[in-house]
Order: sequence, then C-alpha cells, then structure tokens
Amino acid sequence: MDEKKAALVQELETEAAELMRQIRAETDIQKKKKLIVKRDSVQRKLTAVRNNRRISRETKRDLVAYSFIAPNFIGFAVFTLVPIVFAFVLAFMNWDGSNAISFVGLENFKRMPQDTFFLAAFKNTILYVLGTVPLTMIVSLALAIVLNQKIRARGFFRTVAFFPYVASLAAITAVWSMIFHPSKGPVNYILYSLFKVPQDQLPKWFSGGLVLFTLVLFSVWKYMGYYMVIYLAGLQGISAELYEAGSLDGANTWQKFRYITWPQLRSTTFFVVVMLTINCFKVYDIAVMLAGGGDGKLSTSATVLVYYIYQNAFNYWDLGYSSAIAMVLFILVLIVTLIQFRYEKKLEA
Amino acid sequence: MSSAKADTPNQKFRSKRRNQIIGKIVIYAILLVITICMILPFLWMLSASIKSNREVFVMDPFVWIPKQPKWDNYIKIWTKIPLLKFVQNTVILTIVVTFLQLLTSSFAAYSFAKLEFKHKNALFLAYIATIAMPWQVYMVPQFIMMRSMGLNDKLLAMICLQAFSAFGVFLMKQFYEGIPNDLCEAARIDGMSEYRIYAKIMLPLSKPALSTLTIFTFVNTWNDYLGPLIYLRTETKKTIQLGLKMFIGQYSAEYGLIMAGSVVSLIPVIIVFLCLQKYFVEGVASTGLKG
Repeated sequence: MDEKKAALVQELETEAAELMRQIRAETDIQKKKKLIVKRDSVQRKLTAVRNNRRISRETKRDLVAYSFIAPNFIGFAVFTLVPIVFAFVLAFMNWDGSNAISFVGLENFKRMPQDTFFLAAFKNTILYVLGTVPLTMIVSLALAIVLNQKIRARGFFRTVAFFPYVASLAAITAVWSMIFHPSKGPVNYILYSLFKVPQDQLPKWFSGGLVLFTLVLFSVWKYMGYYMVIYLAGLQGISAELYEAGSLDGANTWQKFRYITWPQLRSTTFFVVVMLTINCFKVYDIAVMLAGGGDGKLSTSATVLVYYIYQNAFNYWDLGYSSAIAMVLFILVLIVTLIQFRYEKKLEA
Repeated sequence: MSSAKADTPNQKFRSKRRNQIIGKIVIYAILLVITICMILPFLWMLSASIKSNREVFVMDPFVWIPKQPKWDNYIKIWTKIPLLKFVQNTVILTIVVTFLQLLTSSFAAYSFAKLEFKHKNALFLAYIATIAMPWQVYMVPQFIMMRSMGLNDKLLAMICLQAFSAFGVFLMKQFYEGIPNDLCEAARIDGMSEYRIYAKIMLPLSKPALSTLTIFTFVNTWNDYLGPLIYLRTETKKTIQLGLKMFIGQYSAEYGLIMAGSVVSLIPVIIVFLCLQKYFVEGVASTGLKG
C-alpha cells in the first residue's frame, strides 16, 4: 500500500514539475493560464494523496455539482438526447416499427421530389412562414409602439392583446371556425348583407386556396400579443434623450420612427423574426384544427410538414421516411439558427 | 408688426396641440379596432355557449344574450363526454409537469450558474444544442422509445416528455447569474452546504423567474395537443384539448355545447394568467432581450 502511494506521489511530483517547466517556457498568456490551472489540479491531487484522503476536495465539489444537475439531465438525456440521435439514424433506415430494420442510404430522401403530397406540404409550410412572419412582425411592432405611449388603461389593452396567446387552441379554433363558417358564419353574413357579395361567391375560408390565408390570419391574431411584449421590452430600452434630440431637430413622427425607433430596435426585430420563423415552421395543430374537419385529415391545399411527419409515422408506419421529412424540417430550422448565429457574431464584432 | 411676431409661436403651439389631439384620436381608434378583434371571438364564445344550436347563427336580429339562456349547456357538456375525467387528467398532468420542471430546472440551473465543476461547458452545450431543435423532429423516435419502455397510452409518458426541458434550465440559469456571487460566498464561509444555500437563499430569491417558468409550463402543458394525440389513445386517459377536439369531431353541429366546453377549458388558464400576469409579461420580455 505504502509503495503504491509513494509511486503515485512520485509520479504526480514529476508531472507537476514538468508542467511548471512548461509554464515557464510558455509565452502565450492564454495557454499559460490553462497550464497553471492544470498544475493546480495536479498539486491538489498530490496533497490529497499525501494526506491519505480518498476523495479530493475537487472531486467532492464535482459530485455536489453533479447531484444538482442529475435529476434534470438524466431525464433530458433519456427523453431528448437519445431520441434526437435516433432520429438522425432513422432517416437513413427503412423500418415499420416492428419488423427488421434495414439501412437504405439516401433512399428516403430520393423519394421526396416525386412525392406530390410532400411537395405540397413543403410549399405550404414555406408560404405559411412567408405570410405569417412579416405580418405578425409589423402588427406586433405597431401595437407595441401604440401601447408604449402614455395612454389610459394601458395594462388592460396589453392583457387583451396577450390573451389569445395563452388561450387554448381547441377552444379558439372552434370559435374561429364558427365565425368564419362559409354558409352560416357572421363574417360571411356581413360580406353578404353589407358588402353585397353574391351568395355563391362568398369565400370558403377553410378550403381551397383561401385556407392558407385563414391560417396566416389566425396565427397573426393568436401570436401578435406575445411578440408585442418582446417589442415593448425593446422600446423601453431606447433612451428618451434620442427622441428629445429628434424633436429639437424638428423631426416628425414618421422621421422619429424611421431614424430612431427602427434602427434602435434592430436586434429586437431580428430576434422576433428568428423566433417567429422557427415557430412557424413547426405549425401543425392550427392547421389540423382549423382545416382538418372532423377526422383531422388535411388535404393537399392545407397540409404542412409536421402533419406529413405524423401521417407517415403513425398512419403508414413508414418511420424512415417520416424521419427523413423531419430532417428537412430540422435543416430549415438550422438554416435560420445559423443565420441568427452569424448575425449575432457580426453585432458583437 | 410686433403683434404678428407674437402670433407665430402661439399658432405653432396651437397647431402642435391639435396634432397631439389628432395623434391621440388615431391611437385610440387603432386600439379600439384591435381590442374588438381580440375580444370579439371570446365574447361570441360566451354568448354562443348559452344559446341553442339554432340560435347560434341567427344574425337578424343578433342578440348577445338570448331571451331564454340555455344554462343547461354547461350541465350537459359534463355528461355528453367524460369532461370531468379530461379535466382531472389535464390537471394532474399539468401540476406534476410544472412541479418537476420547476424543481429539476432550478436545481440544475443553480449548479450551472454558481458552481465550478468538471465538464461544465460540455454538459451545458448539450442543452444549448437542443434548444433550437424542434420537438417535432424527434417526436417519432421518442414515441418508439417510450413504447418499448411500456409507456404507450400512459400519462407518465406525457410527464417524462414535458418535465425536463432545456428551456427551463436556461431561464433559471439566466436569472441566477443575475444574483451576486458574494451572497453564496458569504453563506459558504458561514459553513452552509450548497444544498442549503440553494434552498434557503437562491430559491426564495428566484420567485419572479419561478413564476415565469410556472406560467410557461402550465400554459404549454394545458394547451398541448400533438403530444397527447400521439401518446394517449384510451378515451378515459385523454386530456382536455384532445377531448374537446374529439367532441367537436363527433358532434360538429352541437354549437352551443362546443362553446360551453371551450369556455370550461379556458377557465383554468385565465385564472393562472390573471394571477401571474405581471411575471408573464416580464418573463417574455426577458427571454426576448437575452435572445
């Protein structure tokens, strides 16, 4: 036992001495710091061994820290990290969930260009994003600017604008499908009686070419309160002195917006656009609840990527193809994230 | 001559006043329109929930409160579908998920924010790497895994799924980093263990962040649809969103009942939202700023 200890002490001592020599020789301050940290840890281990302590103070500290992380991390690793790895593997496989799994290479991805339903889902998702993102951004910015003024009942208006965001989808989509009911709903009734739109030309809000428009409209209505709050926080970060200086120079309201508010909100706007885009790519339940009908099936005019992922997995049990489509979704989101990353780097530089 | 000179600033002042008033009117007009757009669907929901199926779409004349309000819509809805069971399931799920989320996230976040340890950066990177990963990308393999663990069609699967998010750890870590380190150092010198520092100092201080996380988790879990749709097949295990959608699918012409069910499903969210509203707005704002 003592021999072993002596050997270990010897070994650690030479290691520490070697590190010391390296530290003296090193000229790069960053590398030097790293080496010093390393030497400190060796030194501590040395004292631990000399004092016959089994667990060094460092190890004990690590164990305490890990005990804090473990409950969340274990759950997170098992239920999130593992499935993510599984998803990447599955995209290159052919599997129905019960029979033997086989590797098919890029076969799943090659099927996509010939699959009209996939192409429709892809196109609709992109169109939905292109419609919802700018509209929501503009409306929430306008609302934030208005609600940033000194007006009466500001808190009430903020709560009202925010409420659709927290309200449950099943409930509010049920109301929307009644209000926009093609033959009986009040919206079409107003179009018919007030604007004299002929009965047979009344818009069918939930089918054909209009359905994407209705989805966009609904999403703007539901999500603008959330992004309004983010914009409000951004607006409160702009110093009042800028506006005072603008007033002294005789700037009108539009000029103040154009040359003060808009540039100052640049990073907020960027964040809003990124968040919105990522969230819009994930659209599923809005489409199913508004356009899905009783059985929740979507036609080609209303289908979206997540719906097709779901269909392939749980209706056709084509898990490989489903995962391959999920990869398309992932890549779309990844592109947006990378753009955000590069932009933030640019802001910092 | 002199009077003309005196007039100019006065006129300028007056036209400025007038512009201000016009501005105010424009602002209130915009607000009014938006408020109507936001509130009207909810008022319509309330109104329709006490109407008969025929009355719901009567436009000429349109009445908000019918002569004979059908309050029994609110009684019938509980017997037409196992609404009570749905509510129970959702309440259990939401409470357990929210509790686990708060506990484990704040626990892990304390470690990431205030302790030094080996592999800290690597572990945190695992969280960062997944935050931009949509759940929809890995929901299928996740289901296959859960099924092989025998969790298919169990509320427990939904709990495992939603209780350990990277988002919660992020939110709490950001908040803890704002608390001065001196506070922990002082406690450590006094001989407090890390667990006691967490429980006695950090946790009480982090009420705002905990409230924010509570609302986010509560609202997300209560309103989730796709998760329960994948996992919960038996009717008596369904959540309220799933149950409501099922009811709408089956009785699509029972407009009054659908609306009554919708109102019932909104009530808990309204209560939580109104109670913790202040924190919610602050929370959204702070997550937005840090980006």
